[in-house]
Amino acid sequence: MNTQSNAVPEASFQSHGVAPMAISPVRILYWSIRRELWENRSIYIAPLAVAALFLFGFAVNMFTLRHRIDASALDPAQQHHVLATQYELAAALIMGTALIVGIFYSLDALYGERRDRSILFWKSLPVSDLTTVLSKLAIPIVILPLLSFAITVATQFIMLLLSSTILAGSGVNIATLWKEASFFQVSFALLYHLLTVHGLWYVPIYGWLLLVSAWAPRAPFIWAFLPPFVICGLEKIAFNTSYCLNMLLYRLTGPEAPAATSMAPGGASMDFMATLIPDHFFSTPGLWTGLVVGAAFLFGAVRLRRHHGPI
Amino acid sequence: MPVIEARGLRKVFGTTVAIDGVDLRVEEGRILGLIGPNGAGKTTALNAILGLTPYQGQLRVLGRDPWAERDQLMRDVSFIADVAVLPRWMRVSQALDYVAGVHPRFDRPKAEALLAKTTIKHASKIRELSKGMVTQLHLALVIAIDARLLVLDEPTLGLDILFRKQFYDSLLNDYFDRSRTIVVSTHQVDELQQILTDLMFIDRGRIVLSCSMEEFESRYMEVTVNPDQLAAARALKPMYERQVFGRSILLFDRGVNKNIDRQQLASLGEVRTPSIADLFVAVLGNQAGMAQGATR
Repeated sequence: MNTQSNAVPEASFQSHGVAPMAISPVRILYWSIRRELWENRSIYIAPLAVAALFLFGFAVNMFTLRHRIDASALDPAQQHHVLATQYELAAALIMGTALIVGIFYSLDALYGERRDRSILFWKSLPVSDLTTVLSKLAIPIVILPLLSFAITVATQFIMLLLSSTILAGSGVNIATLWKEASFFQVSFALLYHLLTVHGLWYVPIYGWLLLVSAWAPRAPFIWAFLPPFVICGLEKIAFNTSYCLNMLLYRLTGPEAPAATSMAPGGASMDFMATLIPDHFFSTPGLWTGLVVGAAFLFGAVRLRRHHGPI
Repeated sequence: MPVIEARGLRKVFGTTVAIDGVDLRVEEGRILGLIGPNGAGKTTALNAILGLTPYQGQLRVLGRDPWAERDQLMRDVSFIADVAVLPRWMRVSQALDYVAGVHPRFDRPKAEALLAKTTIKHASKIRELSKGMVTQLHLALVIAIDARLLVLDEPTLGLDILFRKQFYDSLLNDYFDRSRTIVVSTHQVDELQQILTDLMFIDRGRIVLSCSMEEFESRYMEVTVNPDQLAAARALKPMYERQVFGRSILLFDRGVNKNIDRQQLASLGEVRTPSIADLFVAVLGNQAGMAQGATR
């Protein structure tokens, strides 16, 4: 694991005056992201723990189901319904956990380093503020979605194996289970949802959280959540309208909420594939305004990190 | 090309002037001690040099504008901004991995060799280390970086005398050579007296004294005056006078009063080179005491 850190060739340690061999920006970004994972182990521990707990609950459920099935033989449609709900629940729980982890991570990302003064150490190294902020953005919009995708797929696969083994010999048709669970299609839909909604649609949300994290003199959580509430409330009182609230809700629910939330194997209908055509998502104006606003927030966060020292 | 060159460097926080038009030139191979009371503007000046704070006026560090190009500058500049800024959650091995990952001039074997001389374990978290050990680790990381300029802001604050001694020994033996430059600010002035090549006193944002150590040694003389010759000694216009155990110690500045020579002073009492701390008190005391001076 550590061998790569020795990869800096000896040649770069020549006497000064010789231009140092530059380290590629990609490599600096890679180490910056690894650094984040070292510091915030909850990024992978929390979704894994939720998945493990869920699997335990699911196994218990399957045993009780087996007894119920013995009593009254369920028809395949009902069997499918029971399992599909569970698959959906697993995906939703893991995604929800990742979302919460992402929110708390982003709020602490640029605040914690100022509070514990370690920002002075990070700034003593040749890593730009832009690289730092991008590496911190990468956690909620790239690392967490990919991680929750991998964990969800693994969990659903284990669920399928568990249900097959436990229900084997109880008269349930195992073949139906496997047939209904159209794994490839559903996993692809999940990945698509995670990358578009969590990866791109939520950029302004994480951008805002990072901006507050870079700015807040204390209590970034309050600074991040109070102003939107106050603005929405003021708008309601002063003009009796709720544009602000609707805008926030639109941003939170995503551009095509109903289609993309069916994450369970077999839960997706065939016309579901139609919603996956990228044109639909990428032609939503909300996506592009969101990305522009997100970029502005991130630009602000980079500027603030440059100016701010330890608190 | 000087390592640091500042002209009219100025920094204002609201209505407080932290640095008030400082001119500064540090050449390669020097060890400059930046000395001043709390709130004198030392840290602000160092932060400007390190690209941590914006400033007014001209400033070039290794030919670069530190505020605009901090990340490039940090390939050739290292700093220890304060004790214990290493992230507490990090493991020693992770600190080595990370610095090796992002710094093109980091010599990992050198850092490992330095750590091997200490009791620091690779698997330890930084929060588990004592303050002295954290400083040892930070120094090992910094020494292993082949930088041209090293800036130390109160690097040994709160450490015991053994760690402080080790710190400066290691700095001189393992790091310093004539092509590197060190700027250090500290309150523990006397421990640095043998190390420094240049000296700078800063007070209320201004440089009140700047000289090389050779100059310091030839220019300032301290005499423990024999009681019967006190009047004669005072006639030579000392810059500062203090009492120790009932005897007067007079500090002379040959830069002001050029006629004084060592032999003349030797006839009045015991002559020696003052400590930096004594000179500091004299220079700063005179500044602060200007108003009260008349009443004495």
